[in-house]
Amino acid sequence: MKKFDDIVSDLAPREFGKTGLAWIGFLVVLVILGIVAYADQVIQGQKVTNMRDYALWGIYISNFVFFVATSFVGSATVAILRLTNNSWRTPLVRIAEIITLACIVMAGITITIDMARPDRVMNLFIHARLQSPITWDIIIIPTFIVISLLMLYFPLLPDFALMKKHFETSKPRLSRWYGRLSLKWTGSSAQKALHSRSIMVLSVLILIAGVMLQTIDAWLFSTTYRTGWDSSAFAPYFISGAFVAGIGALVTVIYIVRRTRKLEEYITEGHFDKMGKLLTLACIIYLYFNINEYVIPFFTAKKGEDAHLESLLTGHYAGLFWFVTLAGLVLPIFLLLFKKGRKPLPMFFIGIVVVIGSWWKRYIIITPTLLEPFMPIQGVPESWRTYFPSAHEWIITIATLAMALLIITLLVRFLPAVPVQRTADEMETKAEASLKKIAS
Amino acid sequence: MDENNKKTRRKFLDRGLKLGVAGVLGGIGLSKLSAKFAPDDKAPTGETMELMTTDGTIVEIDTSEVMEVEHHHHYSMDYNVREGIPNRKFVMVVDLAKCKNALKCQQSCNKNHYITGDNAWLKVYKMQESADTAPYWLPTMCQHCDKPACVTVCPVDATFKREDGLVLIDNERCIGCRFCMAACPYSTRVFNWGDPGQEVTLNMDMTGVEPTPEYAGRPSLKGTVDKCDFCPHMVKEGELPHCVTACPNGVFYFGDKYEDTVTNGEETLRLSKLLEDKAGYRLLESLGTEPSVYYLPPVDRLVDFEEGMSEFKEFESVEKPSEE
Repeated sequence: MKKFDDIVSDLAPREFGKTGLAWIGFLVVLVILGIVAYADQVIQGQKVTNMRDYALWGIYISNFVFFVATSFVGSATVAILRLTNNSWRTPLVRIAEIITLACIVMAGITITIDMARPDRVMNLFIHARLQSPITWDIIIIPTFIVISLLMLYFPLLPDFALMKKHFETSKPRLSRWYGRLSLKWTGSSAQKALHSRSIMVLSVLILIAGVMLQTIDAWLFSTTYRTGWDSSAFAPYFISGAFVAGIGALVTVIYIVRRTRKLEEYITEGHFDKMGKLLTLACIIYLYFNINEYVIPFFTAKKGEDAHLESLLTGHYAGLFWFVTLAGLVLPIFLLLFKKGRKPLPMFFIGIVVVIGSWWKRYIIITPTLLEPFMPIQGVPESWRTYFPSAHEWIITIATLAMALLIITLLVRFLPAVPVQRTADEMETKAEASLKKIAS
Repeated sequence: MDENNKKTRRKFLDRGLKLGVAGVLGGIGLSKLSAKFAPDDKAPTGETMELMTTDGTIVEIDTSEVMEVEHHHHYSMDYNVREGIPNRKFVMVVDLAKCKNALKCQQSCNKNHYITGDNAWLKVYKMQESADTAPYWLPTMCQHCDKPACVTVCPVDATFKREDGLVLIDNERCIGCRFCMAACPYSTRVFNWGDPGQEVTLNMDMTGVEPTPEYAGRPSLKGTVDKCDFCPHMVKEGELPHCVTACPNGVFYFGDKYEDTVTNGEETLRLSKLLEDKAGYRLLESLGTEPSVYYLPPVDRLVDFEEGMSEFKEFESVEKPSEE
């Protein structure tokens, strides 16, 4: 059995190597470019985007939906696994919580980027109207940010105390910060009882808030009359899609953290196997909702629905549609059914494809619908009949994605990415159990 | 043409029969009252005239009894811009049988609302429901729905519904989220993606005119939504909206649902009878938006659909000043 001190030093945050620093530098450059492009957008107005009166929302909104969906991983894996007492979750939860926090913060920023009058953002509070789905979003997103922040912070308390001790001599300043953040955690039984109860409450809260968040996000679209959005199944469709996006992102990030931090002993192939099964389940459920969402309109073939489906299945968006459906959904299900497909490296690639597919999936949900309004598109420049993001939109969107990765990277750098105390405790109980077995 | 214009300049509704009757009755009332308190200084002339009272009875009175009442139609100070003109319910009727895509409506609307973008508020669509049915011209503007989807989804109450039926936009409050545009099934809303660059903005700074949702487009603001406002700035002066007066074919009728009358400037008709006789309908009625704009089907058309093709521009609705 590993010694406690070894576990602590294995899992304690480490300084970046050269690659790490280059990675941070790369992300920072992308973020700066995005800030410059955004400043230009504010000055010139959104005419720098390729959005126009028909394609009135573009990748800012689909990127927002992607962030919201990915943030669901904190509810999906963490809370559900916690509540069902699945002990294999231990090395995965912290990273899931980090992804959730990064994504939901970026979702809030992204939706503001889409606002053409960010100078009037306070109107959302001063003149708030409760009947607007946007107001529901304004309520749920900050709520979710707070809950996911607490969900990340609470389980960290014992680890902060450990880190304080660990860095006491090597890095006194960092150690003091960990000490402050640990809120005088001593590990007394009273603290432990309170701690586990609080985490339980938070798990329930984040599950509820997560479902509400995805639902409201879906309702932003399904509360309109638009063909392709006007669906009563949109909320569960979005929730199941969020499972896929979230777990895909989790698998990808976990793989990278495991490799760069050499945590093979803690994040084992068994963990990937379990995540693979979870991802398969998520993909199958999402596939079910996809079939529901596309096959029924195909069957009834109402005029608008028919044109919409045609553009997806064989028309302008066919390439993207089949990519997100086949590569992003069907292929992962197929590959993950095999034990070999659930090994870390294949899982990493599947995870990346799933995340890319999830991003484009949101694009496919939003753009084609807007370009098929009830009235014909006439009397506007021909270019308004199609939409593809402008350079400004790409640069800004890439910057938001880079910023999410930056938040994740920095949190992984400064926080123990795998819960230390809990890992040690579990190893101890395991060792005790095996000792008992030998004794008997 | 000139004759037409003169006619269309006739004051809207109130200068008609109704006002006359109101004036006469007021006159009778006043003269009777004054007769009680002061000796009548007007001697009966002996000449009489026939007038109809509001309940439809014809009465004969001495001409000396008749006196004109000055009629005020300036509501501007009397009502709240967000609540609307009291006791009115504005509606429009568009007779598709008469429309031949002359586009005078659109040009007048663009000019009077200082539209500088690429998407007009008033569009005339070339429509054909199916290969077997006849094509027709369909002018559309904001439908001023009684159950407006745009108003429901607006997070800041920037777009609002008034008691007089109008759906307007407070572009000083709009945050530019464009949810209303996504919600509107009639694709009637347009967005100021960049600086509108209107000359009017400059002029207003000098004249000190206050911007109001009642005169949408004056000025348009970057990053906010615009759309047809049903021209309340004209209506409160007793005039018809610009598209109505500009149309050479009398396609548009504007009026008040409570009064049950609509006029295209040439003829004033009973709204209910018109809709009943000509089988009026509303766009996308099945969505339940309850529009304030009614359409009369394109039957018994006087002109060939093809005639309108000369004016039809598939990719343009706002004429740009030619760059020379």
